[in-house]
Amino acid sequence: MNEQITKLNRRDFIKISAFTGGGLVLGFNVLSSCSPERGDGVIHDLNAFVKIDTNGMVTLMNPNPEIGQGVKTSLPMLVAEELDVDWKDVKVEQAGLDTEKYKRQVAGGSGSVRESWESFREAGATARQLLINAAAAEWSVSPNTCYTERGMVVHKATGKKIGYGQLVEKAATMEVPTDVNIKPIQSFAIIGKRIPNVDNRAIVTGQYKYGIDTKREGMRYATLVRPPAFGQTLKSFDDAEAKKQPGVEQVIRIDNKIAVLGRSTWEVMQGAKKIQAEWEDGESMESTADYQRNFKEVLSRRPTETPQRKDGDVQRAFSGGAKVFEAMYEAPFLAHNTMEPMNFFAHVRPDGAELYGPIQTPEGTRTRVAKLLDMPEGKVTVMMTRMGGGFGRRLMSDFVEEAVLVSNAAGVPVNLIWSREDDMGGGYYRPMCTYQYKAAVDTDNKLIAWQHHSVGVTGNSARAGSFPAGAVPNLQVNAHEYKSPVTTAPWRGPIHNFIAFSEQSFIDEIAHAIAKDPVAFRLEVLEQAKQHPIGKVEYDPDRFAGVIKKVAEMAGWGTSKGANVYQGIAAQYSFNSYVAQVAELVKQDDGKLKIKKIYCAVDCGIVVNKSGAENVVEGGIIDGIGHAMYPELTLTKGKPDQVNFNTYHMIQMREVPEIEIQFIESDINPTGLGEPGLPPAGPAVANAAFAATGVRLRAQPFIKSGIFA
Amino acid sequence: MATINLTVNKKKYEVDADPQMPLLWVIRDFIGLTGTKYGCGIAQCGACTVHVGDAAVRSCTIPVESVRDQQITTIEGISKDGEHPVQRAWEEIDVPQCGYCQSGQIMAAVALLKSNSKPTDEDINESMTNICRCGTYNRIKKAIKLASENG
Repeated sequence: MNEQITKLNRRDFIKISAFTGGGLVLGFNVLSSCSPERGDGVIHDLNAFVKIDTNGMVTLMNPNPEIGQGVKTSLPMLVAEELDVDWKDVKVEQAGLDTEKYKRQVAGGSGSVRESWESFREAGATARQLLINAAAAEWSVSPNTCYTERGMVVHKATGKKIGYGQLVEKAATMEVPTDVNIKPIQSFAIIGKRIPNVDNRAIVTGQYKYGIDTKREGMRYATLVRPPAFGQTLKSFDDAEAKKQPGVEQVIRIDNKIAVLGRSTWEVMQGAKKIQAEWEDGESMESTADYQRNFKEVLSRRPTETPQRKDGDVQRAFSGGAKVFEAMYEAPFLAHNTMEPMNFFAHVRPDGAELYGPIQTPEGTRTRVAKLLDMPEGKVTVMMTRMGGGFGRRLMSDFVEEAVLVSNAAGVPVNLIWSREDDMGGGYYRPMCTYQYKAAVDTDNKLIAWQHHSVGVTGNSARAGSFPAGAVPNLQVNAHEYKSPVTTAPWRGPIHNFIAFSEQSFIDEIAHAIAKDPVAFRLEVLEQAKQHPIGKVEYDPDRFAGVIKKVAEMAGWGTSKGANVYQGIAAQYSFNSYVAQVAELVKQDDGKLKIKKIYCAVDCGIVVNKSGAENVVEGGIIDGIGHAMYPELTLTKGKPDQVNFNTYHMIQMREVPEIEIQFIESDINPTGLGEPGLPPAGPAVANAAFAATGVRLRAQPFIKSGIFA
Repeated sequence: MATINLTVNKKKYEVDADPQMPLLWVIRDFIGLTGTKYGCGIAQCGACTVHVGDAAVRSCTIPVESVRDQQITTIEGISKDGEHPVQRAWEEIDVPQCGYCQSGQIMAAVALLKSNSKPTDEDINESMTNICRCGTYNRIKKAIKLASENG
């Protein structure tokens, strides 16, 4: 049998528990999504994704981290579709990190559905075939004469039926089929439907246990005193007052930080405030104004880096160009601000370590922790909880490593919790950056040259293939990385979250300057990419144009929307998906602008979960508007000026416009969706603001311009 | 430290805590009801919203001693198994994304509907000031209206 398994290279993911029939589910059932309705049958594993009990209840494992993007619902839908079961008979459980059973247990790059589309459906189809084979054996007929119907195997000729629950014990002992059929998309019964988030009941009743809610026998709460400014190191500290704080039990130095442990979160946070620490400044203790000035200084010089992309010759085009345009766009640092602050449970024992909590990258985290503890990876277990937001922050594992070091030093299990001030003030951030553009059109107003020169704190490289690359005969992209002690990280739609603003604003500026309609001009440039592609064209010009046309139609672009109503458009290709948005603004009697409505067209291929997809795109739009409009993270000598929501404004309900979303009907494999909704929102608003006021917004946050209500 | 008597979800508790400890942490770390969340600690985000009597309050800044002998209700106490009309509406509209802020949002919505059973959009905007980082605001508004119709 083992020989048989090793041949299944492509299906490595389902090899493990296929022969462990009869084994009861162990471990992490605390995270199960709903309770079985048919009483407890004996559960059998058909593979790493599918368990069925003898009463026919189906348990599907979700291997990927859930950060609110909806994969804990949409990924099991892929399996359930092919398994051919009724969704009401399904419950979903979160799987822990298990690299033997699963591949790519990551929440990042809007990649979960994209990467799982085929393999997860194959897992479901393989389990279904096992059940068919078991029924066929039972009836002594050929499996080819049987089919399935929502949790039952049916014999075609006689119409005999038998439920999965009655077959599962036998099926679990049978040989795993190597060649299974996947449904044609026309016969999908679950994919494409509106399936509610599987954790809804637990969430709305307050029963779901997030990482921060973890409490174990003997566990201590812990928090850390951190350097108040980036680049500082700990010189000395006095913990006498902290130790007098009731509830505080231990104070331990951990490298450049000081851990305070005790019996409750508030008491350790109080204790931390009472630590008198002396910090030493590093070499670079820059303020926001220093970054702004230094960025502009870099941009005033000729780029010295090797261009990320170079098509034709921009300099020659500029000297021969009929009209040349220039503009500069500025973005501040932004905090991720997940509503659940960073936290993690760690229990380091001499013989191993248990990690439990919110992490987008469990596999990489285990590797780093094992190295930190000088322990084999096999001794470290990682269980992921549903996360109170990710947005890229939990791709980093700094807070897990902290919990591990504290548990190791203190010799107790700990739940390490960051205060909001630690979370917002301690990095990691969306990198601050400034993008400079220069473009030219010829005498026919055709876009012939485009130059992008940018500078940003590390992590803010340009996206060389971003629109309009591929459509312009002369194009050059140069990006300069500015060294800084400020820690940065991917932030929802990395680079896209700002490059969409700069590019889509600049293209709008050009359109207005040459008196072309902004929608028509974009379509014209895309037509250039289609008819005369230059170099590599990363996007499909037809699909790109498709969402622009769709959103223009939805918004009634070019028709009168009434007095004081103004529209702006933006579109971005990201994570293989196409999103176009029209922002509709109203000019109030006092002349101030209010965002009234966002129209949004999305082409992400096949939509797996209609409800989840709409929710995450709507969230992306609100996230995009919120961060383009309101907050910025500024620094004074390396110290964040904003460390909580009283000075860092997060968008609230009263500031949120009406949103209308349409998905393009498609039979193309699904593409990313967690991030693509965000990038076009800011520039659509900025372009509408220009239409309304003639003021061109070139720096975020927009609220500082004074033109908004 | 002081011995403080609290009534949470109609159950009486006697806790030994610093009278200044915010109600949030007594509920979470001592009583063990973790549906009420920590988000900011300065009454800005509303993740910690509970009811004292019928009023929604942000428990992260309320010293526990100030709510002795009052009726405190947390998300765990508004229904037995999620059958409150607001919870049902939340499920029907499929509001949550990450879900973390939702118990606070629900508590704020329940209090709103108690004082105003047919709120307008404007009323909802005025009273729902909790932060949702995922941006489920429009679905929250829809769910409140649905609960208002079904309530």
